[in-house]
Amino acid sequence: MNTMQDMRRGAVASIPMIIGGIPFGLLFGSLASSYGLSPWFAVAMSAFVFAGSAQFVALGLIALHAPIWVIVSTTFIVNLRHLLYAADLVKFVKHLPMSMRIVMGFGLTDETYAAVRPMYEVGSANEKNGHKVYLGSFLSFYVMWNVTTVLGVLSGELIPGMSEWGLEFAMVATFIGIITPYLKHKAFWLCLLSAGVSSIILSDLPNNLGLLVSAVIGVAMGFVSDSSNKTISKSEASMQEVSK
Amino acid sequence: MTLWQGTIIILGMFAVTFGVRFVLFARADKVVMPTFIEKALKFVPVAVLTAIITPMILMPTQQIDISLSNPWLLGALAAFVVGIWRQQQLLTILVGVLVFFVAKYGFSL
Repeated sequence: MNTMQDMRRGAVASIPMIIGGIPFGLLFGSLASSYGLSPWFAVAMSAFVFAGSAQFVALGLIALHAPIWVIVSTTFIVNLRHLLYAADLVKFVKHLPMSMRIVMGFGLTDETYAAVRPMYEVGSANEKNGHKVYLGSFLSFYVMWNVTTVLGVLSGELIPGMSEWGLEFAMVATFIGIITPYLKHKAFWLCLLSAGVSSIILSDLPNNLGLLVSAVIGVAMGFVSDSSNKTISKSEASMQEVSK
Repeated sequence: MTLWQGTIIILGMFAVTFGVRFVLFARADKVVMPTFIEKALKFVPVAVLTAIITPMILMPTQQIDISLSNPWLLGALAAFVVGIWRQQQLLTILVGVLVFFVAKYGFSL
């Protein structure tokens, strides 16, 4: 398969989340202009920072005249979860040249991780073509995010109430489609339940911290259940050995 | 906000965002992940994606809403059942989205 085909597969896998992201790009652009910020500011932020939720949080802080160090450190905390994605992807990028890793790092979002990571799992992305699939996903999100930001800035509010249509449900459904194939072992169910319950309990924490903490709790519960499972089956096996 | 302040804000946000995303990739060829970390990392997709969507599903208006009038919950349940049953991503998305929009708009027409 050639490069274009690999990139297209990455873009196609991203379509539901691209649709879900459109109202947010428009909303970001129109919010920025309704706060009286320069059009270039919103456009530059989408182009250089490229981090949906952090950009909204930053707008809110700017509207409150928060000091710059607060804006920057809040951005850091909101985006900390990407460290988990990067850690998980290290094994797939370690053979790639530095320039490619820089581009992939810049484009590492929830959506691209969610779209591409399962493709490695099922083998439709591998060491040879994975970065092309990834680039296809990243570029399609990048174009969508920047185009919708510009449109939002230009139009003020393009279609009133578009953010209430529920287009983000496409993202929810996609994530469910990604999660369910994992649920073949008890450890993954425990991971799902603990992350889900924690995310509700911790939903009042500021700056996406509830999300980060819940994710860590889910990973830890899955890991612990996985290893205790193995110990049990090992001890069961040795019991059987003994009884023989 | 002056041009200078705006530039510093964007540069600062770029630096921390790119830094978080890139720091592990930068040394990816030298980093050796301990086995227990690798074993834990396989839970990252389920844990993070669940933590992102559960509040969207159960608290669409910032308050817990577990009822048949919550289209987010109905759509998510439908997607979840289809996902477990058939394990086809596209079908899961389509059924979930369909149930969501029927629940959200169908009954109010």
